[in-house]
Amino acid sequence: MSGSSGSQRFAATLAVLACALAFPFLASGYHLYQGAQVLILAIALLGLNLLTGFNGQISLGHGAFFAIGGYGAAILTAKFGAPYWLAIPIASLVCFGAGFLFGFPALRFGGLYLALATFALAVATPQILAYKGFDAYTGGSQGVTLVKPHAPFGLPLNADQWLYLVCLFCAAFLYWAVRNLASGRIGRALIAIRDQPIAAEAMGVDAALYKTTCFGVSALYAGVAGGLSAVAVGFVSPESFELPLSFAFLVGIVVGGLASLGGVIFGALFIEFVPNLADQLTVNFGESAKALPGAIYGVLLILVMFLMPTGAAGAARAAAGAVARRLRSRRGAKIQDGGSAASAAAKYGGKGEAT
Amino acid sequence: MNEFLHQLASGLALGGVYAIMALALVMIYQATQLVNFAQGEMAMFSTYFAWKLMDMGWPYWRAFAATVLISFAGGVVIERLVVRPFAKAPVLASVIVFIGLALIFNALAGWLYGYSVTSFDTPFSGRPWFGNVYMSAHESGAVAVSLCVLALVYAFFRFTPLGLAMRAAAQNPVSSRLVGIRVGWMLAIGWGLAAAIGAIAGMMAAPIVYLDPNMMAGILLYSFAGAVLGGIDSPFGAALGGFAVGVLENLVGAYAVGAEVKLSVALAIIVGVLVWRPSGLFGRRLVARV
Repeated sequence: MSGSSGSQRFAATLAVLACALAFPFLASGYHLYQGAQVLILAIALLGLNLLTGFNGQISLGHGAFFAIGGYGAAILTAKFGAPYWLAIPIASLVCFGAGFLFGFPALRFGGLYLALATFALAVATPQILAYKGFDAYTGGSQGVTLVKPHAPFGLPLNADQWLYLVCLFCAAFLYWAVRNLASGRIGRALIAIRDQPIAAEAMGVDAALYKTTCFGVSALYAGVAGGLSAVAVGFVSPESFELPLSFAFLVGIVVGGLASLGGVIFGALFIEFVPNLADQLTVNFGESAKALPGAIYGVLLILVMFLMPTGAAGAARAAAGAVARRLRSRRGAKIQDGGSAASAAAKYGGKGEAT
Repeated sequence: MNEFLHQLASGLALGGVYAIMALALVMIYQATQLVNFAQGEMAMFSTYFAWKLMDMGWPYWRAFAATVLISFAGGVVIERLVVRPFAKAPVLASVIVFIGLALIFNALAGWLYGYSVTSFDTPFSGRPWFGNVYMSAHESGAVAVSLCVLALVYAFFRFTPLGLAMRAAAQNPVSSRLVGIRVGWMLAIGWGLAAAIGAIAGMMAAPIVYLDPNMMAGILLYSFAGAVLGGIDSPFGAALGGFAVGVLENLVGAYAVGAEVKLSVALAIIVGVLVWRPSGLFGRRLVARV
């Protein structure tokens, strides 16, 4: 990447951040809630993309870690009286532990076994959450209800605005963290393990440690997202964490772009608003509109892998490259840098790109 | 004791379903080293198709045969249209495509047939077989059908030239092509057979678990557990694993953890096998050549 595109990217990040900061003072009520949901989903997608996009480990069960984060935060606040700003970090540390341990058995084998094991986790989780033995804490199939937090220090913000800003702060901080992680030595090691596992080990990369830690960090992100979601919705129950949630996360990172950190925001918008759209259509077209999100997700998964394996982020990169090329050729300059290299990288899977 | 035998017997009935589903998974795994996550939803869709035929007034066995044939054709078409283009893609791309297929079939079934739970007819009604008090007629019939499918598949691969060609194509594609086997078509036929076997599994399971678009998620999971337990590259092991998981699931559900968390039995089996004996009971140890 050339210097100019670096500063462009910085400007773009600032612009997105400014819009996101202005949003709570322009929108209200339900739209603000949806905005918070998009940010929460983006956090979960960041974690999953680190694992699947960068490290090549397939998880079909991130809904389970989202559930652990959500239930952890809910139980700590509702049953133990912990404040939410303490409950969410504790719950996500639990998720880190769970993810680290779960990444262990699948270490020595191909990605397929991890996909199988995480699929099993995703299917089994709702039943475990509803288990009668844990009723005292999890409330069985009834779930747990939380109280919505209010803005502290007498800030002139209502609960929705405050919650949105908390989510925005978490999302921005976690984005910054994962971006630093992915663009340095650790990111290179993760990508090397994905693309050339044997060569990576020969170069002295401790693949086992990196893979399990990556799984743990990824689960931690899902846990933060789950905790925030529990606080934002004010309620957790087993049926919010079923298999479709895990599949939606996968759809989010594929649509947004594998191994693209900026793409998660596209992915999050997508998986937040497509089901919403289907709900609205249900009013007009009845029950059969319930099938719409699944159909769109399924068709898009296959089409994206067919046509644009780098997802929305890759498409945006390619478009930006094409525009830059056209501008340059209009000025009569020779094409030799930036644009064409970026679009070439986008075309061939965008390996090593951290957008 | 009576109760125990009863649980054991009904475990065998669903175990037969898991066994043939696991066999279908192993067939695709042997040829492509991939696990078809859409197998369950494909089977569910076939089952709905059979239900629709019977709803139109077809007798059971005619609907059964038509469904198996159509499913075979459908499997071949899916392999040709959707799976083939990703033959050389990384595992991740294939898994994503399989999940996409699963979502599409699930949505299609919901759209065409609705999301309400429906009952499904069985051809084996009336009195229990051979005075077997522990199993209903349908459960005995399901076990018999599963065993028939296993025997037929074994005979097909062992005694027919086409079966031999398919085994050759799975084991050594390059040499098989050199001796004139059309490897690509063998793969497509493999997908067709897997889809047909899945359809039979779905039709045997539906009278027990009832028909709805999400009926196969649990069954697919138990079949995964069966395949992993028996060894995912061993057809015999996977079939045996399927029966074992069916029995285990029922006994553990009845006596240890309670029926409402039975799915975690499958989770425990998969994780346990991966930790202690990753190649399964009958699978070959994986040795990678550097």
